[in-house]
Amino acid sequence: MTPIAIVMMIIAMVTVWGGLIAGIVNLARHPEESETEPAPPVEL
Amino acid sequence: MATAATQTHKREAFGSRNVFILSAIGSAVGLGNIWRFPYVAYEGGGGAFLIPYLCALLTAGIPLLFFDYAIGHRYRGSAPLAFRRMHRAAEPLGWWQVLICVVIAVYYAVIIAWAAMYTWFSAQLTWGAGNEDAFFAGDFLQSQDVAEVGVSTQFVPQVGIPLVVVWLIVIVIMALGVKRGIGRANMILMPLLTVMFAILVVQSLFLPGAMDGLDAFFAPNWEALADPGVWASAYGHIFFSLSVAFGIMVTYSSYLKRKTDLTGSGLVVAFANSGFEILAGIGVFAALGFMAQAQGTEVAGVATSGIGLAFVAFPTIVSQATGGSIIGVLFFGALVFAGVTSLISILEVIVAALQDKLGWARVRTTLTVAIPLAIVSMALFSTTTALSVLDTVDAFVNSFGIMAVALVAVIIVAWLLHKLPVLVEHLNRRSSFRVGTLWKVLVGVLAPVVLGYLFISELIAKTSGPYSGYPAWFLAIFGWGLVVALVVLALILSALPWSTRSHAKDDPEYDEFLSEEHYEPDAETSTFPAVDTTKGAGA
Repeated sequence: MTPIAIVMMIIAMVTVWGGLIAGIVNLARHPEESETEPAPPVEL
Repeated sequence: MATAATQTHKREAFGSRNVFILSAIGSAVGLGNIWRFPYVAYEGGGGAFLIPYLCALLTAGIPLLFFDYAIGHRYRGSAPLAFRRMHRAAEPLGWWQVLICVVIAVYYAVIIAWAAMYTWFSAQLTWGAGNEDAFFAGDFLQSQDVAEVGVSTQFVPQVGIPLVVVWLIVIVIMALGVKRGIGRANMILMPLLTVMFAILVVQSLFLPGAMDGLDAFFAPNWEALADPGVWASAYGHIFFSLSVAFGIMVTYSSYLKRKTDLTGSGLVVAFANSGFEILAGIGVFAALGFMAQAQGTEVAGVATSGIGLAFVAFPTIVSQATGGSIIGVLFFGALVFAGVTSLISILEVIVAALQDKLGWARVRTTLTVAIPLAIVSMALFSTTTALSVLDTVDAFVNSFGIMAVALVAVIIVAWLLHKLPVLVEHLNRRSSFRVGTLWKVLVGVLAPVVLGYLFISELIAKTSGPYSGYPAWFLAIFGWGLVVALVVLALILSALPWSTRSHAKDDPEYDEFLSEEHYEPDAETSTFPAVDTTKGAGA
């Protein structure tokens, strides 16, 4: 592989997979609030 | 507080946010990621394509994904119901999307059936080395020319039988429901797909010539960036790749719990989809590099996409590589899994819409939807003219179905109904990634401009001559006729009344959601007579 191709490959991996990791980290820092959600109504 | 008499069934829901994210990734990661992206990127400047690609992802893909999530989650319904709740007159948009899904489901299933057969063929090298091209069109599909034989009714058992099996599997998944069927299928298939694909990529990288393939894929051609066509293809690709604007993400997000981080989830889905594409690009071009070396040509001479890549080039690689059978089984197995997770999301758009409209239960609706679709799928695509019908229907429904409905939807929602501020407000209530004016500009201005450009260029391309040289009567039915019929049928379906048991008329859960979120009560479902409206409830 030519050096420029290697550089572009690394940039592609870092931006896209880095974006994915950043997204997952962000989500993990905002856990689901389902525990605090009121139970569904059961009245008849 | 809910009226007791008609409290029939609760809306289904995904088990957790993670199941939703995995299912949305399962929907977005489809055949296009594997067989379309690598070639689009290669043709669009290789490494340089990353720039238009990331631009398209950030300025159109992700904003439109949020747009769909916001509609589905705010109005809590299948596509027709969600648009109806937004505004009565917007309901046809939802049905148009549902009908597009009907068309796609019918042909998508057969590609999965082909891939399933090729998984088996790969293990045996059934096609015979050097005979891959002739085997696919001839021995396997027994293709005939529509110009000579018309639309064939001659059954091809090696396609028809696996097609039945594919339909049976997806019917079972659909009948099990959102949580136990769709959610669980994605929880199993997506990790499996990722692992299989990772092994495939690693194995491809060790093939002789792999590095030449990667070089061809990543070497940047900066001049390509000056070509508007390359930018258009980046936007077009992102648009199709993320499964936005044809009802899937609206439907899936309607199954999310009320308090969910919509934008945070959307970012993970969007980057996971792109991450998979990059992985596929590496795997596919490593393999193509090997193929070029084995045939003593340049990578440019073997690079291809779509059906040609999957069912001609890959079998050739499988024949020539040491351990080729393993590559073949992993590649076609990955196509099957990626296809199934996408097909169930497409079917869910239809099932959810009918469930909402008719107020029917899951199993009854699934069977009512899937059995006729399976029959049509068998009738058109297990015969000798399947390839021509598939090629035409796919080309037309993509351009004048998906792209057209997206264009019309963003214009109507942004400019006629002025609902973008409502959607922004809803997205920002729960989400970790806040949106604002920029998002409104991207969805309301950039998206219509880009989609309009793509739509017009498709219109020019398809009217400048018969598509792929097919006969006029054939294109009139399976091309133009089909895409016009979708719009007409959508209007008819919107005119049909909603059952009194449907969610449009009776949805205590939705009323409770609106009241809890302090939104205006819905005129049709409202069971809160306490809300003081000026006039009494209409008849």
